[in-house]
Amino acid sequence: MIDDPEVKDFIEAERYELFEAPGYNFDFDRRDFLKTFGLGILFIVPVTRALSQQQEESGRGFNNNLPNDIGAWIHIDEKGVVTAFTGKVEFGQNIRTSLTQAVAEELHVPVGSVRIAMGDTDLVPFDMGTFGSRTTPTMAPQLRKAAAAAREMLIAMAAEELKLQPGELRIVDAVFVNHDKSKALTLAEVAKGRKLVKVIPENIAITKAADWTIAGKSLTKVDAGDFVTGNHRYTSDIKREGMLYGKIVRPATFNATLRSANTKAAEAIRGVKVVVDENFIGVTAPDQQTAARAASLVAADWQSKTQSSNAELFNLLRQPALERRGSGGGGGRGLRPQGSIADGLAMADKKLVQTYTVEYIAHAPLEPRAAVAEWNGDRLTVWTGTQRPFGVRGELAEAFHISEDKVRVIVPDTGSGYGGKHTGECAVEAAQLARAAGKPVKLVWSREEEFTWAYFRPAGVIDIKSGVKSDGTITAWEFHNYNSGSAGIQTKYDIPNHDIRFHNSNSPLRQGSYRALAATANHFARESHMDELADAVKMDPLEFRLNNIKDERMRNVLQAAARAFGWGKTQAFGVRRPVGAFNPSPRQAVQPMANHLVNGRGFGLACGFEKGGYVATCAEIAIEKPRRTKSNPTVRIVRVVEAFECGAVVNPLHLKNQIEGAIVQAVGGALFEAIRFANGKILNGRFADYRVPRFGDAPLIEVVLVDRKDLPSAGAGETPIVGLAPAVANAIFNATGTRLRSLPLAPKGISPDSV
Amino acid sequence: MARVSSLHVNGTKRTVDVDSTVSLLNVLRDNLDLTGTKYGCGEGRCGACTVLMDGQLTRACVTPVARAAGKQITTIEGLAKDGKLTPLQEAFIKAEAMECAFCTSGMIMAASSLLSKNARPSRDEIVSGMNRNICRCGIYNRIIEAIQTASTGDKIAQGS
Repeated sequence: MIDDPEVKDFIEAERYELFEAPGYNFDFDRRDFLKTFGLGILFIVPVTRALSQQQEESGRGFNNNLPNDIGAWIHIDEKGVVTAFTGKVEFGQNIRTSLTQAVAEELHVPVGSVRIAMGDTDLVPFDMGTFGSRTTPTMAPQLRKAAAAAREMLIAMAAEELKLQPGELRIVDAVFVNHDKSKALTLAEVAKGRKLVKVIPENIAITKAADWTIAGKSLTKVDAGDFVTGNHRYTSDIKREGMLYGKIVRPATFNATLRSANTKAAEAIRGVKVVVDENFIGVTAPDQQTAARAASLVAADWQSKTQSSNAELFNLLRQPALERRGSGGGGGRGLRPQGSIADGLAMADKKLVQTYTVEYIAHAPLEPRAAVAEWNGDRLTVWTGTQRPFGVRGELAEAFHISEDKVRVIVPDTGSGYGGKHTGECAVEAAQLARAAGKPVKLVWSREEEFTWAYFRPAGVIDIKSGVKSDGTITAWEFHNYNSGSAGIQTKYDIPNHDIRFHNSNSPLRQGSYRALAATANHFARESHMDELADAVKMDPLEFRLNNIKDERMRNVLQAAARAFGWGKTQAFGVRRPVGAFNPSPRQAVQPMANHLVNGRGFGLACGFEKGGYVATCAEIAIEKPRRTKSNPTVRIVRVVEAFECGAVVNPLHLKNQIEGAIVQAVGGALFEAIRFANGKILNGRFADYRVPRFGDAPLIEVVLVDRKDLPSAGAGETPIVGLAPAVANAIFNATGTRLRSLPLAPKGISPDSV
Repeated sequence: MARVSSLHVNGTKRTVDVDSTVSLLNVLRDNLDLTGTKYGCGEGRCGACTVLMDGQLTRACVTPVARAAGKQITTIEGLAKDGKLTPLQEAFIKAEAMECAFCTSGMIMAASSLLSKNARPSRDEIVSGMNRNICRCGIYNRIIEAIQTASTGDKIAQGS
């Protein structure tokens, strides 16, 4: 089903879910307004925004309209150092290393002589942003092509200089040599630091995965030495001559408007400047502590309105769409339904209707948003950690009513993002302060600001209606996702009658991309439900899945994970449904459950597909005695085996690293992470209140890489996260007989309430 | 207000002139340009700002600079001598115990404090000793491996 082009469009849409009005519109210029109308455009948007949107549209094909001259991508300096240029950015996914491998391989030069210039809008070709696991499938081949073209061009240049035919020369470790090595020229001697002016031939061949010698191998992070010594400069470490420090004065609630602000006390401090502009209040000062003190002295009067809270969240997300759907069952966005749900249900021996929910969670990147802004006349340079350098350039141009060519955004390798740093709020704020102060300004968001004023992984509700025959064949599949998104909503299960839809809702909180987007929610619901169906027909969950999946790649990862995990064998030393624990009437099961289940073990599995990667996850969990006697038993994830296949493996070490990290990050969303909010406030916006996985939460992890040299490499930063939550939910059911259908599964342990 | 005029950092006496209530973190980063020590939460909950004070593990973000005066402060920049990395730093590279690496300085400082007290910690001892440091990229197992490698020296001795 997924190869259908219609599906592709359906999935593409979600990458841009964070469409919203700009947060600030400084000194809104009426002329822009008139100009826009004058052009006959009926939207009331500043011209710059309209233009930047057009530009984004044109980039939608991801690989369209890329420059095709070698020099835009590859440069070789006088010393023979190779620089490759890309708009992708390094956030810990280790693409600086994998792209280095790709370029070194095609140019036939040592890894050590390659540098990658990333995310500097003045230096690199336009790029939509670093998201959607696109670097490996699109940027790596692009740089390979450019590097291969550069190699051929340089060989021709060397041949001319050596008075040989190009065919007589090859390049070995950055030296051009003839057959007996009697004639040689170094890369530096040939390139002489000149720009490589030549179009990349369309048919330029790149090295096949089977022939890789540099890629396909484990290589540690190319600049690891800078990180273990503290030498790397993240945005928050950058200093500029005469730089001031900024601090923003925030309202106590979302959606507040500024009535008035008394800034006298703050401005009385030496060196402090206060900027008030519509809903923006910020201060600058010579040091951080003075900026913080000044901000605290600003007396601002904000007007707010009543806003919703956790308690009504899921109703809020689902109810309006349910009403729109009406009795006809329509509405939402989806593919053409196939077959008939009614017929499928009529064929079924067992029918199930279930609802699953996921809460908002925070990315909580360890480096909070930061920016250093510097004006030079009407030219603006901003260093900031964003996944969309060109997008943020557009935001800045729009906010300050200047053209994009006057704005340079530079993204130093950043302290992670996980989809949470697509936006440029902090960059805009720093630039606004720098403009007012007439000096460079550094602004680093506090942890509370990052928790509160960034955006969240969407919460969601998923309704599933299904039917299964007693031989284990699924006959009907109706799936509705409200608000959380459409990523990973399609299934690799072969079901003759299906209807799969995503419904937009009005989210009470600001929401956006998160590693793997909604694929986590959709896999959680689908794979939990598959276990429920397997249980309904008394089949082993692995056997049940294999019974309904023809896709060979999916079957392979499922079987690989199950084999390494010892599926079916390990269960012998676990306790499957301890006596007295399982009771079809949950209310009666509540009390005896807690005591019986302590020390119980459970085993669960899940599988999935997203962004070209196939994943299967097996989890072993333990129900443990709480530290405090009155608390609920807790869930500990003891062991995880995950098999992953994303085509040809580019760097096994880094791929394993990504998978292990994704599994541990998934532990948070699976067991305990959830944003609590009420009436426009975040109630747990600190690490003291918002629990993230720590050392003690990390399970033992075994990664099984399925390397397919015959298939193109897909990205791997996201998909490995989707299997853990359902595998754990299934393992909890296996241990306790309790089916948990809400993420997080056990924020306060396995409680009577969760039954 | 009381001022602090000098600090001993990484074996060197450094002159500063800061209010005694300012956090050690801000002084290290903003006044002394030792930016390897990171701000992650400002409440001593993530460990990104971990430094050693007279060998003791200290969260610089919640330590007023007055408390650091007269003590020997070691930051991540003070570990390698003449460009030679410590076994722990080498082990972090070799085990690939970092992704975005924003936590790495704090992890290495916390681990060096742990190893100074317990030369051969078990997995459980590493978990409880390091549990107050957050790696949001989630590669705790690799950090544990790096600490174990550094503690036994085995893999480093054999390595290149």
